Amino acid sequence: MPATAIATDGAILAAQAAFPPFETSTFPSQLFWFAISFGVLYFLLSRWMLPRIGSAIEERRDRVADDLDAAAQMKAQSDEAVRTYEKSLADARAKAQSVAANARAEMERQIAEETTQVDAELAKKSEAAEARIAEAKAKALSEVRVIAASAAADVARHLAGVDVTEADAAAAVDAKA
Amino acid sequence: MASNPIDQFQLQTIAEFSVGGLDLSFTNSSYYMLVAAGLTIGLLAMAMSRPALVPGRMQSVAELTYEFVAGMIRSTAGTDGLRFFPLVFTLFAFILMANMLSMMHYFPSPGWYGFTIMSHIIITFALSMIVMSVLVIYGIWKNGMKFFSLFFPAGVPWPLYFLLTPIEIISFLSRPVTLSMRLFANMLAGGILLKVFAGFVVMMGAAGGLIAVGAIAPMVMVVALTGLKFLIAFLQAYVFAVLTCIYLSDALHPGHH
Repeated sequence: MPATAIATDGAILAAQAAFPPFETSTFPSQLFWFAISFGVLYFLLSRWMLPRIGSAIEERRDRVADDLDAAAQMKAQSDEAVRTYEKSLADARAKAQSVAANARAEMERQIAEETTQVDAELAKKSEAAEARIAEAKAKALSEVRVIAASAAADVARHLAGVDVTEADAAAAVDAKA
Repeated sequence: MASNPIDQFQLQTIAEFSVGGLDLSFTNSSYYMLVAAGLTIGLLAMAMSRPALVPGRMQSVAELTYEFVAGMIRSTAGTDGLRFFPLVFTLFAFILMANMLSMMHYFPSPGWYGFTIMSHIIITFALSMIVMSVLVIYGIWKNGMKFFSLFFPAGVPWPLYFLLTPIEIISFLSRPVTLSMRLFANMLAGGILLKVFAGFVVMMGAAGGLIAVGAIAPMVMVVALTGLKFLIAFLQAYVFAVLTCIYLSDALHPGHH
Protein backbone atom coordinates (compact mmCIF):
# COMPACT_ATOMS: atom_id res chain seq x y z
CA MET A 1 0.00 0.00 0.00
CA PRO A 2 1.46 3.35 -0.98
CA ALA A 3 1.79 5.82 1.84
CA THR A 4 -0.13 8.62 0.16
CA ALA A 5 -2.90 8.43 2.72
CA ILE A 6 -0.45 9.19 5.47
CA ALA A 7 1.35 11.77 3.37
CA THR A 8 -1.84 13.84 3.08
CA ASP A 9 -1.93 13.93 6.86
CA GLY A 10 1.11 16.12 6.69
CA ALA A 11 3.56 13.57 7.99
CA ILE A 12 7.08 13.75 6.71
CA LEU A 13 7.40 10.65 4.60
CA ALA A 14 9.56 9.37 1.81
CA ALA A 15 7.08 8.89 -1.02
CA GLN A 16 8.54 5.59 -2.19
CA ALA A 17 8.32 3.85 1.22
CA ALA A 18 5.70 1.12 1.33
CA PHE A 19 3.50 0.41 4.34
CA PRO A 20 5.85 -1.84 6.39
CA PRO A 21 3.38 -4.61 7.33
CA PHE A 22 2.61 -5.17 3.64
CA GLU A 23 6.18 -5.29 2.41
CA THR A 24 6.28 -8.85 1.15
CA SER A 25 10.07 -8.86 0.82
CA THR A 26 10.34 -9.00 4.62
CA PHE A 27 8.00 -11.98 4.97
CA PRO A 28 10.55 -14.81 4.60
CA SER A 29 12.81 -13.32 7.26
CA GLN A 30 9.91 -12.69 9.64
CA LEU A 31 8.48 -16.17 9.16
CA PHE A 32 11.91 -17.76 9.57
CA TRP A 33 12.68 -16.05 12.86
CA PHE A 34 9.10 -16.45 14.05
CA ALA A 35 9.32 -20.21 13.43
CA ILE A 36 12.56 -20.38 15.39
CA SER A 37 11.45 -18.33 18.39
CA PHE A 38 7.93 -19.79 18.55
CA GLY A 39 9.21 -23.32 18.03
CA VAL A 40 11.85 -23.02 20.72
CA LEU A 41 9.35 -21.40 23.08
CA TYR A 42 6.79 -24.14 22.42
CA PHE A 43 9.38 -26.86 22.94
CA LEU A 44 10.76 -25.41 26.16
CA LEU A 45 7.32 -24.65 27.58
CA SER A 46 5.72 -28.00 26.75
CA ARG A 47 8.73 -30.14 27.70
CA TRP A 48 10.16 -28.25 30.65
CA MET A 49 8.29 -25.30 32.12
CA LEU A 50 4.64 -26.33 31.99
CA PRO A 51 5.18 -29.79 33.52
CA ARG A 52 7.21 -28.09 36.23
CA ILE A 53 4.45 -25.63 37.07
CA GLY A 54 1.82 -28.33 36.74
CA SER A 55 3.63 -30.68 39.10
CA ALA A 56 4.11 -27.88 41.64
CA ILE A 57 0.36 -27.22 41.61
CA GLU A 58 -0.41 -30.94 41.67
CA GLU A 59 1.94 -31.49 44.59
CA ARG A 60 0.28 -28.73 46.57
CA ARG A 61 -3.16 -30.11 45.78
CA ASP A 62 -2.07 -33.60 46.89
CA ARG A 63 -0.52 -32.23 50.03
CA VAL A 64 -3.64 -30.28 50.94
CA ALA A 65 -5.80 -33.33 50.25
CA ASP A 66 -3.48 -35.48 52.39
CA ASP A 67 -3.60 -32.97 55.22
CA LEU A 68 -7.38 -32.84 55.02
CA ASP A 69 -7.48 -36.64 55.15
CA ALA A 70 -5.21 -36.70 58.16
CA ALA A 71 -7.32 -34.06 59.87
CA ALA A 72 -10.49 -36.04 59.19
CA GLN A 73 -8.83 -39.18 60.55
CA MET A 74 -7.73 -37.38 63.70
CA LYS A 75 -11.21 -35.97 64.15
CA ALA A 76 -12.64 -39.49 63.88
CA GLN A 77 -10.14 -40.66 66.48
CA SER A 78 -10.99 -37.87 68.88
CA ASP A 79 -14.71 -38.53 68.35
CA GLU A 80 -14.05 -42.17 69.20
CA ALA A 81 -12.18 -41.15 72.35
CA VAL A 82 -15.00 -38.85 73.39
CA ARG A 83 -17.49 -41.66 72.83
CA THR A 84 -15.43 -44.09 74.94
CA TYR A 85 -15.06 -41.53 77.68
CA GLU A 86 -18.76 -40.81 77.77
CA LYS A 87 -19.56 -44.51 77.81
CA SER A 88 -17.22 -45.18 80.75
CA LEU A 89 -18.62 -42.15 82.53
CA ALA A 90 -22.15 -43.48 82.10
CA ASP A 91 -21.01 -46.94 83.30
CA ALA A 92 -19.38 -45.48 86.36
CA ARG A 93 -22.45 -43.46 87.14
CA ALA A 94 -24.71 -46.51 86.81
CA LYS A 95 -22.36 -48.55 89.00
CA ALA A 96 -22.27 -45.85 91.65
CA GLN A 97 -26.03 -45.72 91.67
CA SER A 98 -26.35 -49.48 92.09
CA VAL A 99 -23.79 -49.46 94.89
CA ALA A 100 -25.71 -46.71 96.63
CA ALA A 101 -29.00 -48.57 96.17
CA ASN A 102 -27.47 -51.78 97.54
CA ALA A 103 -26.09 -49.98 100.53
CA ARG A 104 -29.42 -48.36 101.21
CA ALA A 105 -31.28 -51.66 100.94
CA GLU A 106 -28.77 -53.35 103.26
CA MET A 107 -29.08 -50.60 105.79
CA GLU A 108 -32.85 -50.69 105.72
CA ARG A 109 -32.78 -54.41 106.16
CA GLN A 110 -30.47 -54.06 109.19
CA ILE A 111 -32.59 -51.30 110.65
CA ALA A 112 -35.69 -53.41 110.29
CA GLU A 113 -33.99 -56.41 111.86
CA GLU A 114 -32.70 -54.46 114.81
CA THR A 115 -36.04 -52.78 115.22
CA THR A 116 -37.86 -56.12 115.48
CA GLN A 117 -35.21 -57.44 117.88
CA VAL A 118 -35.50 -54.41 120.08
CA ASP A 119 -39.27 -54.57 119.87
CA ALA A 120 -39.26 -58.19 120.95
CA GLU A 121 -36.95 -57.47 123.84
CA LEU A 122 -39.03 -54.56 124.96
CA ALA A 123 -42.19 -56.62 124.74
CA LYS A 124 -40.58 -59.32 126.86
CA LYS A 125 -39.43 -56.78 129.40
CA SER A 126 -42.78 -55.08 129.65
CA GLU A 127 -44.46 -58.46 130.03
CA ALA A 128 -42.17 -59.33 132.90
CA ALA A 129 -42.76 -55.93 134.44
CA GLU A 130 -46.49 -56.34 134.11
CA ALA A 131 -46.31 -59.75 135.74
CA ARG A 132 -44.29 -58.28 138.58
CA ILE A 133 -46.76 -55.45 138.96
CA ALA A 134 -49.69 -57.83 138.98
CA GLU A 135 -47.96 -59.94 141.63
CA ALA A 136 -47.18 -56.92 143.73
CA LYS A 137 -50.71 -55.70 143.33
CA ALA A 138 -52.19 -59.01 144.40
CA LYS A 139 -49.86 -59.14 147.34
CA ALA A 140 -50.70 -55.57 148.29
CA LEU A 141 -54.40 -56.26 147.94
CA SER A 142 -54.19 -59.28 150.18
CA GLU A 143 -52.25 -57.25 152.73
CA VAL A 144 -54.80 -54.45 152.48
CA ARG A 145 -57.56 -56.92 153.37
CA VAL A 146 -55.73 -58.16 156.42
CA ILE A 147 -55.02 -54.60 157.54
CA ALA A 148 -58.65 -53.59 156.85
CA ALA A 149 -59.96 -56.61 158.78
CA SER A 150 -57.77 -55.92 161.77
CA ALA A 151 -58.64 -52.21 161.57
CA ALA A 152 -62.35 -53.11 161.44
CA ALA A 153 -61.96 -55.48 164.44
CA ASP A 154 -60.18 -52.73 166.35
CA VAL A 155 -62.90 -50.22 165.44
CA ALA A 156 -65.61 -52.66 166.54
CA ARG A 157 -63.86 -53.31 169.82
CA HIS A 158 -63.25 -49.77 170.67
CA LEU A 159 -66.59 -48.36 169.62
CA ALA A 160 -68.96 -51.22 170.37
CA GLY A 161 -66.82 -53.21 172.70
CA VAL A 162 -67.52 -56.22 170.67
CA ASP A 163 -64.81 -58.71 170.22
CA VAL A 164 -64.72 -59.69 166.62
CA THR A 165 -62.61 -62.49 165.47
CA GLU A 166 -60.09 -61.97 162.76
CA ALA A 167 -62.03 -64.27 160.43
CA ASP A 168 -65.35 -62.45 160.90
CA ALA A 169 -63.76 -59.11 160.33
CA ALA A 170 -62.22 -60.36 157.14
CA ALA A 171 -65.61 -61.72 155.99
CA ALA A 172 -67.21 -58.36 156.74
CA VAL A 173 -64.53 -56.47 154.78
CA ASP A 174 -64.98 -58.85 151.86
CA ALA A 175 -68.79 -58.40 151.98
CA LYS A 176 -68.41 -54.60 151.95
CA ALA A 177 -65.81 -54.53 149.18
CA MET B 1 13.31 9.46 16.79
CA ALA B 2 11.33 9.38 13.59
CA SER B 3 8.33 11.66 13.50
CA ASN B 4 6.43 9.54 11.02
CA PRO B 5 3.96 7.33 12.96
CA ILE B 6 4.51 4.52 10.46
CA ASP B 7 8.26 4.38 10.90
CA GLN B 8 7.94 2.44 14.13
CA PHE B 9 6.80 -0.58 12.12
CA GLN B 10 9.77 -0.44 9.75
CA LEU B 11 11.99 -3.49 9.81
CA GLN B 12 15.65 -2.67 10.26
CA THR B 13 18.19 -5.23 9.23
CA ILE B 14 20.66 -5.93 11.97
CA ALA B 15 22.60 -8.74 10.32
CA GLU B 16 22.37 -9.76 6.67
CA PHE B 17 21.61 -13.43 6.21
CA SER B 18 20.24 -15.24 3.20
CA VAL B 19 19.78 -18.86 2.17
CA GLY B 20 19.52 -19.71 -1.54
CA GLY B 21 18.63 -16.17 -2.48
CA LEU B 22 15.93 -16.00 0.23
CA ASP B 23 16.44 -12.99 2.49
CA LEU B 24 16.36 -14.31 6.06
CA SER B 25 18.17 -11.33 7.61
CA PHE B 26 18.13 -10.86 11.35
CA THR B 27 16.02 -7.75 11.91
CA ASN B 28 14.64 -5.80 14.84
CA SER B 29 11.51 -7.96 14.54
CA SER B 30 13.62 -11.13 14.85
CA TYR B 31 15.38 -9.60 17.83
CA TYR B 32 12.10 -8.83 19.57
CA MET B 33 10.69 -12.28 18.84
CA LEU B 34 13.74 -13.91 20.40
CA VAL B 35 13.51 -11.51 23.35
CA ALA B 36 9.81 -12.30 23.80
CA ALA B 37 10.45 -16.04 23.76
CA GLY B 38 13.51 -15.67 25.99
CA LEU B 39 11.77 -13.43 28.50
CA THR B 40 8.76 -15.75 28.69
CA ILE B 41 10.85 -18.81 29.37
CA GLY B 42 13.35 -16.89 31.53
CA LEU B 43 10.73 -15.33 33.79
CA LEU B 44 8.93 -18.65 34.22
CA ALA B 45 12.22 -20.43 34.92
CA MET B 46 13.09 -17.79 37.50
CA ALA B 47 9.65 -18.08 39.09
CA MET B 48 9.87 -21.87 39.26
CA SER B 49 13.57 -22.13 40.15
CA ARG B 50 12.64 -23.41 43.60
CA PRO B 51 9.02 -24.49 43.61
CA ALA B 52 7.75 -23.96 47.12
CA LEU B 53 4.69 -25.42 48.76
CA VAL B 54 3.63 -21.91 49.73
CA PRO B 55 4.45 -19.97 46.57
CA GLY B 56 6.24 -16.66 46.52
CA ARG B 57 5.17 -13.71 44.44
CA MET B 58 6.72 -14.82 41.15
CA GLN B 59 5.69 -18.44 41.55
CA SER B 60 2.13 -17.26 42.25
CA VAL B 61 2.11 -15.31 39.00
CA ALA B 62 3.40 -18.32 37.06
CA GLU B 63 0.83 -20.62 38.65
CA LEU B 64 -1.98 -18.10 38.19
CA THR B 65 -1.15 -17.83 34.50
CA TYR B 66 -1.09 -21.60 34.24
CA GLU B 67 -4.45 -21.94 35.97
CA PHE B 68 -5.87 -19.05 33.97
CA VAL B 69 -5.08 -20.71 30.64
CA ALA B 70 -6.13 -24.14 31.89
CA GLY B 71 -9.44 -22.71 33.12
CA MET B 72 -9.95 -20.97 29.80
CA ILE B 73 -9.55 -24.26 27.94
CA ARG B 74 -11.74 -26.20 30.37
CA SER B 75 -14.60 -23.70 30.10
CA THR B 76 -14.55 -23.45 26.29
CA ALA B 77 -13.34 -26.82 24.99
CA GLY B 78 -13.96 -29.11 27.96
CA THR B 79 -11.46 -31.17 29.91
CA ASP B 80 -10.29 -33.14 26.88
CA GLY B 81 -9.26 -29.81 25.36
CA LEU B 82 -6.37 -29.83 27.82
CA ARG B 83 -4.32 -31.85 25.29
CA PHE B 84 -3.89 -28.50 23.49
CA PHE B 85 -2.78 -26.80 26.69
CA PRO B 86 0.90 -26.33 25.71
CA LEU B 87 -0.10 -24.82 22.37
CA VAL B 88 -2.67 -22.42 23.86
CA PHE B 89 -0.32 -21.46 26.66
CA THR B 90 2.53 -20.79 24.20
CA LEU B 91 0.26 -18.68 21.99
CA PHE B 92 -1.07 -16.72 24.93
CA ALA B 93 2.33 -16.18 26.53
CA PHE B 94 4.06 -15.26 23.28
CA ILE B 95 1.40 -12.76 22.19
CA LEU B 96 1.13 -11.28 25.66
CA MET B 97 4.89 -10.87 25.97
CA ALA B 98 5.15 -9.41 22.44
CA ASN B 99 2.37 -6.92 23.17
CA MET B 100 3.86 -5.95 26.52
CA LEU B 101 7.24 -5.43 24.86
CA SER B 102 5.51 -3.13 22.37
CA MET B 103 4.63 -0.89 25.30
CA MET B 104 8.34 -0.27 25.92
CA HIS B 105 9.15 2.49 23.48
CA TYR B 106 12.83 2.53 24.41
CA PHE B 107 13.57 -1.09 25.05
CA PRO B 108 17.24 -2.11 25.02
CA SER B 109 17.76 -3.12 21.41
CA PRO B 110 19.92 -2.13 18.45
CA GLY B 111 19.00 1.53 17.93
CA TRP B 112 16.99 1.59 21.19
CA TYR B 113 13.68 1.54 19.40
CA GLY B 114 10.62 -0.30 20.57
CA PHE B 115 8.92 -2.65 18.17
CA THR B 116 5.47 -4.19 17.92
CA ILE B 117 5.86 -7.75 16.67
CA MET B 118 2.12 -8.23 16.27
CA SER B 119 1.80 -5.16 14.06
CA HIS B 120 2.97 -7.28 11.13
CA ILE B 121 0.17 -9.22 9.56
CA ILE B 122 2.45 -12.03 8.41
CA ILE B 123 3.19 -12.91 12.04
CA THR B 124 -0.43 -12.82 13.20
CA PHE B 125 -1.40 -14.78 10.09
CA ALA B 126 1.27 -17.36 10.88
CA LEU B 127 -0.11 -17.64 14.42
CA SER B 128 -3.65 -18.16 13.18
CA MET B 129 -2.46 -20.66 10.57
CA ILE B 130 -0.83 -22.69 13.32
CA VAL B 131 -4.21 -22.84 15.04
CA MET B 132 -6.08 -23.71 11.84
CA SER B 133 -3.61 -26.42 10.80
CA VAL B 134 -3.80 -28.02 14.22
CA LEU B 135 -7.59 -27.81 14.05
CA VAL B 136 -7.84 -29.42 10.59
CA ILE B 137 -5.08 -32.02 10.98
CA TYR B 138 -6.06 -33.11 14.48
CA GLY B 139 -9.76 -32.94 13.63
CA ILE B 140 -9.41 -35.26 10.64
CA TRP B 141 -6.96 -37.57 12.40
CA LYS B 142 -9.27 -37.90 15.40
CA ASN B 143 -12.70 -37.93 13.74
CA GLY B 144 -11.99 -39.02 10.18
CA MET B 145 -14.73 -38.00 7.77
CA LYS B 146 -16.97 -37.10 10.71
CA PHE B 147 -14.89 -33.96 11.04
CA PHE B 148 -16.74 -32.52 8.04
CA SER B 149 -20.03 -32.73 9.93
CA LEU B 150 -18.79 -29.33 11.08
CA PHE B 151 -20.29 -27.98 7.87
CA PHE B 152 -23.60 -29.78 8.32
CA PRO B 153 -25.20 -28.55 11.53
CA ALA B 154 -27.41 -31.24 13.07
CA GLY B 155 -31.15 -30.90 13.50
CA VAL B 156 -31.84 -28.91 10.37
CA PRO B 157 -34.33 -29.84 7.61
CA TRP B 158 -32.21 -31.10 4.69
CA PRO B 159 -33.12 -28.44 2.09
CA LEU B 160 -31.56 -25.84 4.39
CA TYR B 161 -28.15 -27.46 3.88
CA PHE B 162 -27.97 -25.82 0.43
CA LEU B 163 -27.95 -22.54 2.30
CA LEU B 164 -26.21 -23.43 5.54
CA THR B 165 -23.27 -25.47 4.27
CA PRO B 166 -21.79 -22.69 2.10
CA ILE B 167 -22.21 -20.29 5.01
CA GLU B 168 -20.47 -22.69 7.36
CA ILE B 169 -17.64 -23.20 4.87
CA ILE B 170 -17.18 -19.46 4.39
CA SER B 171 -17.25 -18.85 8.13
CA PHE B 172 -14.68 -21.61 8.61
CA LEU B 173 -12.39 -20.19 5.94
CA SER B 174 -12.70 -16.68 7.32
CA ARG B 175 -11.53 -17.81 10.76
CA PRO B 176 -7.79 -17.46 10.09
CA VAL B 177 -8.39 -14.11 8.42
CA THR B 178 -10.42 -12.60 11.26
CA LEU B 179 -8.20 -14.16 13.89
CA SER B 180 -5.05 -12.62 12.42
CA MET B 181 -6.68 -9.33 11.36
CA ARG B 182 -8.06 -8.58 14.81
CA LEU B 183 -4.71 -8.86 16.54
CA PHE B 184 -2.81 -7.12 13.74
CA ALA B 185 -5.23 -4.18 13.40
CA ASN B 186 -5.46 -3.59 17.14
CA MET B 187 -1.74 -3.46 17.68
CA LEU B 188 -1.13 -1.42 14.53
CA ALA B 189 -3.83 1.14 15.33
CA GLY B 190 -2.72 1.43 18.95
CA GLY B 191 0.85 2.13 17.89
CA ILE B 192 -0.11 4.69 15.27
CA LEU B 193 -2.52 6.48 17.59
CA LEU B 194 0.07 6.82 20.33
CA LYS B 195 2.69 8.14 17.91
CA VAL B 196 0.27 10.62 16.33
CA PHE B 197 -0.67 12.15 19.66
CA ALA B 198 2.92 12.10 20.86
CA GLY B 199 3.83 13.88 17.60
CA PHE B 200 1.24 16.56 18.40
CA VAL B 201 2.88 17.14 21.78
CA VAL B 202 6.26 17.69 20.12
CA MET B 203 4.91 19.88 17.32
CA MET B 204 2.80 22.08 19.60
CA GLY B 205 5.60 22.31 22.15
CA ALA B 206 8.01 23.42 19.44
CA ALA B 207 5.58 26.09 18.21
CA GLY B 208 6.01 27.96 21.52
CA GLY B 209 3.76 30.52 23.20
CA LEU B 210 0.15 29.72 23.94
CA ILE B 211 0.21 26.73 21.59
CA ALA B 212 2.95 25.15 23.68
CA VAL B 213 0.70 25.40 26.76
CA GLY B 214 -2.06 23.70 24.73
CA ALA B 215 0.26 20.75 24.19
CA ILE B 216 -0.95 19.55 27.59
CA ALA B 217 -4.12 18.25 25.91
CA PRO B 218 -2.47 15.68 23.58
CA MET B 219 -0.12 14.86 26.45
CA VAL B 220 -3.07 13.85 28.62
CA MET B 221 -4.37 11.90 25.64
CA VAL B 222 -1.08 10.02 25.31
CA VAL B 223 -1.18 9.05 28.98
CA ALA B 224 -4.77 7.86 28.69
CA LEU B 225 -4.05 5.96 25.48
CA THR B 226 -1.07 4.27 27.08
CA GLY B 227 -3.37 2.90 29.76
CA LEU B 228 -5.85 1.80 27.12
CA LYS B 229 -3.12 0.16 25.09
CA PHE B 230 -1.99 -1.86 28.08
CA LEU B 231 -5.54 -3.14 28.36
CA ILE B 232 -5.69 -3.91 24.64
CA ALA B 233 -2.27 -5.59 24.74
CA PHE B 234 -3.57 -8.04 27.34
CA LEU B 235 -7.06 -8.31 25.91
CA GLN B 236 -5.89 -9.23 22.41
CA ALA B 237 -3.66 -11.99 23.76
CA TYR B 238 -6.64 -13.25 25.77
CA VAL B 239 -9.06 -13.00 22.84
CA PHE B 240 -6.65 -14.86 20.58
CA ALA B 241 -6.25 -17.63 23.15
CA VAL B 242 -10.00 -17.93 23.81
CA LEU B 243 -10.84 -18.09 20.11
CA THR B 244 -8.11 -20.70 19.68
CA CYS B 245 -9.79 -22.79 22.38
CA ILE B 246 -13.21 -22.39 20.78
CA TYR B 247 -11.90 -23.35 17.34
CA LEU B 248 -9.93 -26.29 18.69
CA SER B 249 -13.00 -27.60 20.49
CA ASP B 250 -14.42 -28.12 16.97
CA ALA B 251 -11.58 -30.56 16.36
CA LEU B 252 -12.58 -32.48 19.48
CA HIS B 253 -16.33 -32.48 19.04
CA PRO B 254 -17.25 -31.46 15.48
CA GLY B 255 -20.84 -32.63 16.08
CA HIS B 256 -22.06 -29.97 18.50
CA HIS B 257 -21.60 -26.82 16.65
